[in-house]
Amino acid sequence: MSREQRLAQVFVELADTLVDDFDVIDLLHTLCERSVELLQADAAGLILADQRSVLHVMASTSEEAELLELFVLQTDEGPCLDCYSTGEQMVNIDLAEVAERWPRFRAATTAVGYRSTHAFPLRLRGQVIGVLNLLCTNRTTLSDTDVDLGQALCDIATVGLLQERTVRQAEVLAEQLQSALNSRILIEQAKGVLSERAGITVDAAFTLMRTHARSNQRQLGAIAGAVIDGTIAASDFQPR
Amino acid sequence: MASLRVRQILLDVLAIDQPDPPGLEGDTVWRRLCMSAARSVPVSGAGVALMTPTGHGGTLAATDGPAEVMENLQLTLGEGPCVNAFRDRRPVLEHDLTKAGARWPGFAPAAAEAGIAAIFAFPLQIGAIRLGVLDLYRDTPGSLDRLQLAEALDYAAAATTILLDRQYATSPGELHPDLADTADSHREIHQATGVIAAQASVPINEALLLLRARAYSEERPLLELAHDVVARRVTFHSEDDHHE
Repeated sequence: MSREQRLAQVFVELADTLVDDFDVIDLLHTLCERSVELLQADAAGLILADQRSVLHVMASTSEEAELLELFVLQTDEGPCLDCYSTGEQMVNIDLAEVAERWPRFRAATTAVGYRSTHAFPLRLRGQVIGVLNLLCTNRTTLSDTDVDLGQALCDIATVGLLQERTVRQAEVLAEQLQSALNSRILIEQAKGVLSERAGITVDAAFTLMRTHARSNQRQLGAIAGAVIDGTIAASDFQPR
Repeated sequence: MASLRVRQILLDVLAIDQPDPPGLEGDTVWRRLCMSAARSVPVSGAGVALMTPTGHGGTLAATDGPAEVMENLQLTLGEGPCVNAFRDRRPVLEHDLTKAGARWPGFAPAAAEAGIAAIFAFPLQIGAIRLGVLDLYRDTPGSLDRLQLAEALDYAAAATTILLDRQYATSPGELHPDLADTADSHREIHQATGVIAAQASVPINEALLLLRARAYSEERPLLELAHDVVARRVTFHSEDDHHE
């Protein structure tokens, strides 16, 4: 199979992860593995930022402790961190510059046997959500084509990740809405039940429930549920 | 991710700066959405309803008389395409209401009488969470073709997006004023349900059925009967439905 055929295959594979049954971890691992393969690197790690912009290692091509530590170090210092903050690629950086800018990182990578590193931002329209970090045992230089390829792989993954976040946000909102609607219903039903049992108006019933909720430090919705299922009797409420 | 068409619909319906095109003079985004859907799909009219475990939770908007009847019937009877769509989490496409008597023995003839010949109901949902239904009706029988169906689905997606967008602007536990108004307008139904549950010593769900059955047999709107129940002008007893 030619390199181009393999490339095409990889792109299709990545694109497929963007449709039904999307699995984030699967996508991230695929991205790491394929980038190592296509860019002739020796290891790759994927770092994503959480809601508070704290970076976490989400996937890597091997579980080796040393390798993981390298990636973790990068959330503290290293080309990855700079890549994340600026949204710029950190590729083909001269070794002397690496030593100067990120001395601890340089020492740690050399100790484990890596000679060069490249970092690609996962970004879309100005939003940077993470970094793909490649490590090579040789001093490699990526060609312009390779750099474009690496970025293209990251871009596809970014679309998928952002899409998944949007869906999750939507689900959270939908749940909140549904819950707000349902608890309103429960409270109204409970007002009716209590008003009948206590021989009072629905408004008076509401006041009783609300007072009870406050003085017992319980949620109004929970009180309402208890009134309806009979766990709280009319006589359990404070007399007015 | 919203498709291009859904985004176009949203822009159209949410347009604040643009003057309303003729026929779209509506005060709420819900009414504009319904009118736009009716024009675009196209159908004779449309309604959007909130849906909850107790069934129809209130009409957010309806384009015209028959659409309002369509919504009120489903509310009062507790049966109809929106109920099925909500329960089964799938669109319900009934192209000939005169053939749907077995499916909706109360709703079908009453809706047909109001001039509704076909109904297409689309649940507004995200994943497993269902929030409402978009009901489209036609005054002549016939199915939606593939393009029309796709357009209807895009309108349902737009409606869902607007619901979520409203929620985004509201704190958890609270409801956006649009939705709160609709929910509040129905609170007497739920209060009445509670009263009946206590009066007749039945579970809440059964109380709602009793309320609906009485409204149907006396041919009264559900909200009106609910009002009387809460005011204690109408009473229910265990095991029967007699007036006091």
